[in-house]
Parts: sequence; structure tokens; C-alpha cells
Amino acid sequence: MENLFNLFVRSIFIDNMIFAYFLGMCSYLAVSKTVKTSVGLGAAVIFVLLVTAPVNWLIDHYLLRAGAMAWISPELADLDLSYLSFIIFIAVIAAIVQLVEMVVEKFSPSLYNALGIFLPLIAVNCAILGVALFVQEREYTTISEVTVYAVGSGVGWFLAIATLAAIREKITYSNIPKPLRGLGISFILTGLMAIAFMSFMGIKI
Amino acid sequence: MSEQKIAKEKEPMFSAKVLKLLKNPLNLENPVTVQVLGICSALAVTVQMKPAIVMALSVTIVTAFASLIISALRNTIPSRIRIIVQLAVVAALVIIVDQVLKAYVYDVSKKLSVFVGLIITNCILMGRLEAYAMANKPWPSFVDGIGNGIGYGLILVIVAFFREFLGSGKFYGMSVIPKVFYEWGYMDNGLMILPPMALITIGVIIWVQRSRTKELQEK
Repeated sequence: MENLFNLFVRSIFIDNMIFAYFLGMCSYLAVSKTVKTSVGLGAAVIFVLLVTAPVNWLIDHYLLRAGAMAWISPELADLDLSYLSFIIFIAVIAAIVQLVEMVVEKFSPSLYNALGIFLPLIAVNCAILGVALFVQEREYTTISEVTVYAVGSGVGWFLAIATLAAIREKITYSNIPKPLRGLGISFILTGLMAIAFMSFMGIKI
Repeated sequence: MSEQKIAKEKEPMFSAKVLKLLKNPLNLENPVTVQVLGICSALAVTVQMKPAIVMALSVTIVTAFASLIISALRNTIPSRIRIIVQLAVVAALVIIVDQVLKAYVYDVSKKLSVFVGLIITNCILMGRLEAYAMANKPWPSFVDGIGNGIGYGLILVIVAFFREFLGSGKFYGMSVIPKVFYEWGYMDNGLMILPPMALITIGVIIWVQRSRTKELQEK
């Protein structure tokens, strides 16, 4: 239990998807204009991660990795399908994103319009595929670990986009040089926030 | 007969409209600095020039052919499952590029391995497929893919140039800052190699670009 809590905190602050790995930057920069839409997108990312990461882990654990299919029959024990993991992970992610898109369109058309092209882009949000690959790489052993790590990463991403959106809402009242307004200043802001977050890297939990 | 008729109505291969598709992504519709697509890889591969150039080439090829294929298939893809179809096409193309790189430039491919895989999740691809290829004919889509790939590559090379030059005093792997400078006390700026500086470099590029082209400025 303690271990899971540590994993959760670490995935939010130390291994933050945006500030430590720079994954999922495109939608992060483009949707962070207002707090409301960025909270919506952040919640969608958490939800998609919560579903996709365990599913991908199960597929990897029971079908793809070397010797994973031994539970079906002993003859399959020396089969290694891990070269397929990339295309399978992305297929699972794309299917689930399509599902989320339909649900959002049905229940919240205003959010659907606000998110625009970036809802389908969650499928290619590097953070989602990144989590699936990190889970594979770090060899988490139980499904609860995988779920906690995925939710933690999602919360970290949510936190980052909500923070940037809040700063950008405030900054509209500031006198920024004209060419730097909007996108330019958000790049520089993210850079400064990333430098600040680098101080978490040394902490060992 | 009908084919001939279509051929007559066809525009010339390089009409003004098509050339515009090639030129616009370089400045007015740049994928990185204006459309905000493909940032993740722009941050990751720009520590040195060489991987940046190989990456830019790979992305250009994949974007161009993915646009071509998706545009040719656009009337047969049901819109509900379009993302999966697009990703399947892109993933297949990326696997081909990966294998070609492995076969011909093995050492560069080893350096790039993770990033070549991440082309699948490069937003430029999905962005252009969704925004352009799904609604246009194959040839303009192909040109659009090439144009956006080049526009992306341009930014990558500029960022990589500054980060390599200021961060390790090199240009395309060769040391260009004379030894004397180091003896006088010049030091490479280690901060430039860290990812946050890539963000700030792109921010400055946007600043320069928008101060030159007024119509891109945001209110």
C-alpha cells in the first residue's frame, strides 16, 4: 500500500509527463487557453490512461512478451511477439479514444466543440503511448501498480495543463511584446516551469 | 472516355495552388510554430544536427505517403473508425522507414530508434491527415505532406543548430569554436543541452517569426 502511494506521488511530481519527459506537448500547448477546456482535456487524458494502460499491460503480459503465451499451451512457450507491441498498443489506444469521442459528443456538445481537433489527437498524444511503453519497459508486476502509475501520470499531466492555463488566463492582462503573445510566451513559460520541476528530480521516495 | 474528360479538367501538376501548399508551411502555416504540431519530437531530437536532419527526412516521407494513401482511401473510410485506419497506415509506413534506416544507415538508426517509433504519435501526421488529406485529392495531399514535413524539418534544424552550437560548441559534429576561446575562459552552456532550453529556443523562434510577419500575431 505504501509502495503504491509512493508510486502515485512519484508519477505526479518527479516523473511528470510534461516537465520531465515532454510527452503530450502538442495538445498541452494548443488547448491551454482557458482553464475550463484544459480541465476537460486533462480529465479526458486521465480517463483514457486509466483504461488503456491496464488493457495494454494485460495484452503485453498474457500475449506479447517472450513466453507469455505459455498459459495457453506449453508449445507456445517460446513464442515472442513483442515486436508487435507498438502497433497493438496504438490500436487499443485509438479504439478507446474513438469511444471517448463518441461519449463526449453525445453528452457534452459544448466541450466537444471546444476541444475540436484535439479530441481525436488524444490518440496520438505521446503521453498515452508513452505510459504504455514505460509500463512495458519498467516491468511493473501487478495490475494495481500499472493502474496507479497510469492515473498518477494522468493527474500530473492534468496538473501541468491546468497550471499553464491558469497562468495564461492571468497573463492576458500583462503587457507582453506583441509578437510574443499567445504561443510564444507559453513556450517560454513551459520552459521556465520545466526548469522549476527539474528540482524534483533529485528527490528519492 | 470519362478518364479523358477528367484529365482535361485536371489542373497542371505544379499549379499556383499546389506550389502554395509547398511554400505556406515554411512560414505562414508552419506546423511547429503556427499550427503547434509535432512539438514532442522537436524537443527530443534537437540536441545535435545529424539526428535532427534524419528525423526531418523520415517525418517528411511518412507524412507525404500517409497523406497520399489516406486521401486515396478517404471516400471509403467510415468516419467513425477513421482514427484507427489512419493509425494503421501510419504505423505500417513507420515500420517500413524503420527497416530501411536499419538496413542502410544502421548507426544513425540506432541513435534514433525510439524517436523513429514515436513518429507514429507525431501530431503533424494526424493533424494533416484530419485537416487536409481527409478532404482533398491525393496529389495536393501528397504535396501538402511534403510541405509540412519540410516546414517541420526547418524548425528542427534551426533549433538543433543553436543547441549544438551553444551547448557543445559543435556544428554537425565538428568542433567550430577555436581552442583559444576555451583557454580565454569561454565555456559551453550545459543548460542548452537540457530539454527546457529547447522550449525556450522555440519560443524565441516564434518571437522572431511573428515580429517579422505581423499577421501571425495574436491579440
